[in-house]
Amino acid sequence: MQEKSKSWLQFLLEVIVLVLLFTLVQYALSAGLVNQSYQITLTSMCINVILAVSLNLINGFTGQLSLGHAGFMAIGAYVSVIITNFMDLPFIAGILGGCLAAGIAGFVVGVPTLRLKGDYLAIATLAFGEIIRVVLQNIDYVNGPAGIMGITKLTTWPWLYWAAIFTILIIVNLMNSSYGRAIVSIREDEVASELMGINTTRYKVLAFVIGAMFAGLAGVLYAHYFYIIRPETFNFLKSFDMLVMVVLGGLGSTTGAIIAAVFITFLTLALQKYAAMRMVIYALTLIIVMIYRPQGLMGNKELSRKTFSGIWGGRK
Amino acid sequence: MLEFLQQMINGLSLGAIYALIALGYTMVYGIIKLINFAHGDIMMVGAYVGFFSITLLGTDIVVAMLAAMIFCAILGVIMEKVAYRPLRNSTRIAALITAIGLSLFLEYITVVILGPTQKVFPASAFPVKAYNIAGLSILNKQVFVFVSAVLLMVILQYIIKRTKTGKAMRAVSLDREAAVLMGISVDRTISITFAIGSALAAAAGVMIGVYYQTINPLMGIIPGLKAFVAAVLGGIGLVPGAMVGGFVMGLLETLVMGYGNSLYRDAVAFGVLIIILLIRPTGLFGKNTGEKV
Repeated sequence: MQEKSKSWLQFLLEVIVLVLLFTLVQYALSAGLVNQSYQITLTSMCINVILAVSLNLINGFTGQLSLGHAGFMAIGAYVSVIITNFMDLPFIAGILGGCLAAGIAGFVVGVPTLRLKGDYLAIATLAFGEIIRVVLQNIDYVNGPAGIMGITKLTTWPWLYWAAIFTILIIVNLMNSSYGRAIVSIREDEVASELMGINTTRYKVLAFVIGAMFAGLAGVLYAHYFYIIRPETFNFLKSFDMLVMVVLGGLGSTTGAIIAAVFITFLTLALQKYAAMRMVIYALTLIIVMIYRPQGLMGNKELSRKTFSGIWGGRK
Repeated sequence: MLEFLQQMINGLSLGAIYALIALGYTMVYGIIKLINFAHGDIMMVGAYVGFFSITLLGTDIVVAMLAAMIFCAILGVIMEKVAYRPLRNSTRIAALITAIGLSLFLEYITVVILGPTQKVFPASAFPVKAYNIAGLSILNKQVFVFVSAVLLMVILQYIIKRTKTGKAMRAVSLDREAAVLMGISVDRTISITFAIGSALAAAAGVMIGVYYQTINPLMGIIPGLKAFVAAVLGGIGLVPGAMVGGFVMGLLETLVMGYGNSLYRDAVAFGVLIIILLIRPTGLFGKNTGEKV
């Protein structure tokens, strides 16, 4: 009984901390304390967190290397812009439509390709991501290679913040469920988990579709903040960006992915003027992390209350 | 019909270039089961070495090609020693991510050093002439690309089939542990494989320079991916498969450009890849091997 009330208290504490953080930033924004460049950084940070956490579900937890995440982001972005700007429907319809479309695309791509393993899967998803981009370039309805300009700015701080929290919540809870354990078992040993009676294809597709939906969500938020979307924005270099975050944070650690996403966003800001140098640093990071710490900085460990209570010698 | 034959001629020289790049992919995959993502970028480095050899040192095209091949062979060996060797016993995903890292590194270090703008391959190094044979127009650069590519492939076949080194390469790719027990130095054999594969890519890079006349730091990405598709099409790990796959990809691409929508030329390659992976993942010439637990 005491255990239960304690965990309930902790839950309340978490909610209070989250709301406090939200109101603090909201206050700073409305009081005009945050300049344009930091507002953009804040937005990219939330979007990158969503992308990294969702890609980590596929690459880190399920162990299926996907290099087509930018393609799903593109689908989310384009479909939502069609809904909000071409059809004049509310933003929430755009969000739902974008996520749904990306999820369907994830299903269509996932069912055939997830039979493939390792590097073949990586190449196939890369190919699909590029096909999505090339097809978008050839559709006149969305202006082809020029892209769509003058998108209404609907993405605000509350949307960004709660979308990121929602993504993290769904994926953390998914991983704590029996579904999550089945997904991790596929990463550990696909043949063994199949022998234990787990329908591996089903769980792989499930993880892939959920990951794709959240990539779509990130695309929706992106499109409605930055005014302009072009197919070229979502090329495979964008997918590599996300891969860097996941690898750096630790394949299979949600908190690791969040930390890496925040870190990479600030690194991007700091190296804005040296775009090429930034890519060289990314590249070296990938190589060095893989050679010296292939499990990523966090490995598959999570940062949680337990970690802190360990450091502070908290009550048990 | 004449139009079709003309497209075939254009496709053959493009296919020869793809085949040369695909050979490097397939050899490396055959021996260490790694998709060397950076292979297309080695080709780019080769194109730049060729470019500087012609513009700065004033050499002719053949010397430039040899210089590029030697430079990239060394680069390939260093890459393998520094980045791939420490990962030989880790997971495939780790090796693949390292390969992606190396690819980005080569691309953007070139951007940092030489700038992102494209360079024009000096036309004086290879004056273009057109021959007219039975209504078909054949450019001398097409003949040059085709003949030198075929020559390199013949040399490669000789090395693999007739020399001791080639025998060692085949042995390591067949069964690495047994090869060690037979006294073959696996490290040395892998280094040689990287050297040969990278040299072939460098030759292809100089050919692309001659063929398209412009080079830029990101030129390796798309031909690299297409050559990879060619290698998978022929059955990855199989040398003759890569040659056939390369020619098929080149012909297919010119046909799509000639008769279809040229905007889709890149999508076609990826479409082909997905179809093969789904229908026959072992490629045209591959044998199906069961999964071992």
